[in-house]
Amino acid sequence: MNSTPDVPDVQAVAASSGVSSSKLYETFIEVIRKTSTELPQDVIDCIEAGKKTEEKDSRGAYAMGIITQNIGLAKVKSQPLCQDTGSILFYIHYPSHLDAEVISETARQAVAEATKKGYLRQNSVDSLTGKNNGTNVGPGSPTLHLEPWKKSHFDIRLMLKGGGCENVGAQYSLPDTRIGAGRDISGVKKCILDAVQQAQGKGCGPGVLGVTIGGDRATGYLSSKEQLLRKMNDTNPNPELAKLEKECTDAANELGIGPMGFGGKTTLMGTKVNALNRLPASFFVSISYMCWAYRRQGAEISADGTIQKWLY
Amino acid sequence: MIQLQAPFTEDKIRALKTGDMVEITGVVFTGRDAVHKWIHDGNEPPVSLKDGIIYHCGPVVVKQEGKWVVTAAGPTTSIREEPYQAGIIEKYGLRAVIGKGGMGEKTRLACAKFGCVYLHAVGGAAQVLAEAIKEVETVYGLEQFGSPEAIWQLRVEKFPVVVTIDAHGRSLHKEIEASSSEKLAEIFSTIKK
Repeated sequence: MNSTPDVPDVQAVAASSGVSSSKLYETFIEVIRKTSTELPQDVIDCIEAGKKTEEKDSRGAYAMGIITQNIGLAKVKSQPLCQDTGSILFYIHYPSHLDAEVISETARQAVAEATKKGYLRQNSVDSLTGKNNGTNVGPGSPTLHLEPWKKSHFDIRLMLKGGGCENVGAQYSLPDTRIGAGRDISGVKKCILDAVQQAQGKGCGPGVLGVTIGGDRATGYLSSKEQLLRKMNDTNPNPELAKLEKECTDAANELGIGPMGFGGKTTLMGTKVNALNRLPASFFVSISYMCWAYRRQGAEISADGTIQKWLY
Repeated sequence: MIQLQAPFTEDKIRALKTGDMVEITGVVFTGRDAVHKWIHDGNEPPVSLKDGIIYHCGPVVVKQEGKWVVTAAGPTTSIREEPYQAGIIEKYGLRAVIGKGGMGEKTRLACAKFGCVYLHAVGGAAQVLAEAIKEVETVYGLEQFGSPEAIWQLRVEKFPVVVTIDAHGRSLHKEIEASSSEKLAEIFSTIKK
């Protein structure tokens, strides 16, 4: 698990597996490059819209100006948008006849190579020794969520989530007496707004929230991150949650925290909420905060590893 | 837009006010978790920090044709240095700290007492900020701390920041936290049970 070969030998690994992993390997690297250096258009649209709401010559407008300049520059230079290239979170659906182990190993080796190429920072540290082996490959990194499906193509999505925003995520167990939140939708709303207040500018706002109501502590957080795979401009199919999402975003933007916590109108660009069943004894609200540098990409990929189309 | 140019004298620093938008030109030193703890543990910094600026940053630096080049250099979260920063401001005469997310009471008080400011860079803006770094003059502790944690001596030009803690005891972080907290209480009171 700890040792990563310097030279990827994916073809040898793939020889008996039925995965054309050399092509897939290149595709993984391209997905990583694009994710690290370009924001998806739906996010850019929200940032542009937020920028317009900030008053001219204000600190909020100044921050949003630097943010949009940075987005353009990173794309042109094909360099990481933010130097914290984050937790590497893959969400992979693959044709069920293929070998999951080969796909995982191909992803890990692509991560090591993308790090060498500078698309990812050497960003993964052994929690006991503090050592950084410089490859981004080790226990828990990259994080690979693999699911087989009956379709004949891959759906590979990647999220790079930096430490600043990950650190301001929060999990509430209701009832919560500190904020007076009970076990109902009003209580959930209070949790969400309190999390934004606690985060202030520390999560590199304007941010986006992924929220899961219910589940256990682990599935709640997991699912809250999956909410961040949704497009900014989608509508929650559940009308009650759709209403909650809008109300939370609107109320958060009244707090006046603004871009980077400098003060201003754009504190939150969106809220995405889902619900999982829970135990009668538990009522968790799990909140993942995503910074403005909302790096997510994905592609539909044919079984031979060729990118068919980008998903965002 | 205020231009802050080296040398960073106490007068220039005291003239800055919370909320000012500033562009820095001169030399800054990167320093983050490992370096702060190391200095706090009693080790002498390898460079003079007198009238200097520390930047909480773990840059991506590559060697191109024998020269170090910074390819990404946004700020990292400053609050982790809160236990150490005030002591370093006092002992070594730092004039400014650049970072993101703000700092706490100890640092705010040290800024007021010893004439230092906290300058907030835009988090995540690694490319815009890297463009403002014109040269890597040298590096200290590369072997010891590793690249992101080393002390990089950087010459910057028009490096964009906002003053969020000034040398007069004001902190924008404290003020916005208070006003947003008040607003939150107001919103909470309208949420039906």
